[in-house]
Amino acid sequence: MDILTALQELNACHAPSGEEKEIRDCIQRMTLDRVDETHVDALGNLILHKKGTGPKLLFAAHMDSIGLMVTHIEKEGFLRFGCIGGLPAENILYTPVRFLSGIRGTIVPDQAADRSKLTLDDLYVDIGAKDEQEAAEQVRIGDTAVYDTPLNLLGNRLLSPYLDNRISCLALLKAMESIDKSPNDLYFVFTAQEEPGLRGAKPAAFAIDPDYAVVCDVTPAGDQPGSKHYGSSRLGGGAAIKVMDTSVICHPEMVDRLKALAEKNGITAQNDVIVKGGTDAGPLHISRSGVLTGGVSVPCRYIHTPQEMADLRDVESCAALLSAFAESALPALR
Amino acid sequence: MKELLRELCQVPGISGFEEEIRACIAEKIRPHVQDMKVDAVGNLIAWKAGRRKAKNELLITAHMDEVGFIVKRVDDKGYIRFAPIGGIDRRTVIGKKVLVGKARIPGAIGLRAYHLVSAKEEKIVPDMADLYIDIGATGKEDAQKLVQIGDEIVFDSDWVEFGNHRIKAKALDDRIGCAAMIRLIQSELPVDCTFVFSAQEEVGARGAFGAAFAIRPHIALVLEGTTAADLPELKEHRQVTRVGAGPVLGLMDRQTLYDRELFERLRALAEKHGIPWQTKRTIAGGTDASAIQTTASGVRVASISVPVRYIHTPSSTASLNDCEQLYVLAERFIETIANEKEDL
Repeated sequence: MDILTALQELNACHAPSGEEKEIRDCIQRMTLDRVDETHVDALGNLILHKKGTGPKLLFAAHMDSIGLMVTHIEKEGFLRFGCIGGLPAENILYTPVRFLSGIRGTIVPDQAADRSKLTLDDLYVDIGAKDEQEAAEQVRIGDTAVYDTPLNLLGNRLLSPYLDNRISCLALLKAMESIDKSPNDLYFVFTAQEEPGLRGAKPAAFAIDPDYAVVCDVTPAGDQPGSKHYGSSRLGGGAAIKVMDTSVICHPEMVDRLKALAEKNGITAQNDVIVKGGTDAGPLHISRSGVLTGGVSVPCRYIHTPQEMADLRDVESCAALLSAFAESALPALR
Repeated sequence: MKELLRELCQVPGISGFEEEIRACIAEKIRPHVQDMKVDAVGNLIAWKAGRRKAKNELLITAHMDEVGFIVKRVDDKGYIRFAPIGGIDRRTVIGKKVLVGKARIPGAIGLRAYHLVSAKEEKIVPDMADLYIDIGATGKEDAQKLVQIGDEIVFDSDWVEFGNHRIKAKALDDRIGCAAMIRLIQSELPVDCTFVFSAQEEVGARGAFGAAFAIRPHIALVLEGTTAADLPELKEHRQVTRVGAGPVLGLMDRQTLYDRELFERLRALAEKHGIPWQTKRTIAGGTDASAIQTTASGVRVASISVPVRYIHTPSSTASLNDCEQLYVLAERFIETIANEKEDL
């Protein structure tokens, strides 16, 4: 799989939380000949099953993105919106956006608004409509829009919208591609509705009832100027092995296992502690009677802005580590 | 609808203390359902057979609890100190009438007379902890004969019809949903339905969580009262919903992204039957859907709500037209479930 081509394909999908159909179909097409069973559940999670006789392993990467939803159309044709997931107002000024229908627009702040206290209530989307009627012909209340910004490769680094979490989906897809022989019963879940509050992973975990779980997400890098060090990882430092985020403290056994696998297979890796932000590992590890849960993350800068940055070599490391875990012999837990 | 809603609003039933409202509802639905039970959290769960079995099992729910207070202590002078149950703005409670405990002892939430308030104090809203309820007791001992720590306190507010089909009462959130469900249960249904009159919604969708886990439906329809803010001081795009502009279809709130296909189904139904509809203009609030959606292996959720101004106060107001339209839309929605041929 060529990561750049595949990323372009995923980026073209319209997939804000709750509306993941396009990306779900796309991933389903990509994985068709690699799995034994495919299931889409009530929340829209894509659950892929590659049968095995060993312990049940659940790999999860969320496929939804943040976005905006139209809540009101003004008489003058401007669109007011609410956020799907975390969308800080100061991050999105003058950002080009596109709707599922292909309609495009830009996010603009009310000129009278106080820039130091900007909230989403001060912003609107201008789609170039001359009035309410013309706007309503193109966009309905409840329609959603996503960033319409480009993907570029800068040396080894990607600059793209929605690396959170398309790049982790790709790491997992790449791992699936390279898994040779696994003694384990493997479930790959591309989860829905992670961004608004880790909602998809919970029912998926309940349905699968796994022994082990590994979550693949992006993690905030702490290597940019003025960093408040919410995250400990740095770009190019390798696969980030999750120790803790605000939703989970990973089981030490899982952290050790992943570290040992990285060492044994010559995979570049780093420890990852983040103190702001949770992941699907949260609902996964407390599902039913509890699940041994770990995380393998891609370090990422400028998360939730229209242009996020990650390092291709880290993506390769994550894929290699995920695949090594899938192939490893694990103690049966029941 | 009107008489039923009036009766339901008058009955006390704050979160965790739903006995009286639950008994009132149970009485009304008993002759019309095949099965009925009360679970450990206090949800009233009823099952009613329809003309056919559903391809996708439907749960319809409305919460029967309302916001109120609980007795924290009786002070040395015989005044009742209290804490809120559910989200109550302390600015709205001063001077309001309440009923304390199972005996429904009348009282008023008191504050020093205006004549005795300094210019500085006048500008400050006292903390809930500094307010007290006066039940007319002569002292601590006298008060303790009537009231105990942990007693429930409910707003005492009459039902008023005014203006253009408008009503004012306590607990419109969510006795409106309860009234609509009772009417549905009392009618003939096209398909089997499970109904949950949920407990403890106002303190965080705690009742619905267990009920949904026990029932495991495919689809859940939540009937609610929701925040209206068509107020003079707010710009149009910040008026979350508007009274009299039709039922609010669940699309997104702070806790739930409602199932898009079901939202679109409700919107198409409303438009087909000439029912006005609206969605929230600002993303606020939450419903039992948040707990139901992620229950067990997941549930598809939809909601229909009636806009309520001054929600969570004793003077909440709504439009009877919106209430009637919520009922009609819920009825139409059930028909679509009956006609479904595919597994969702």
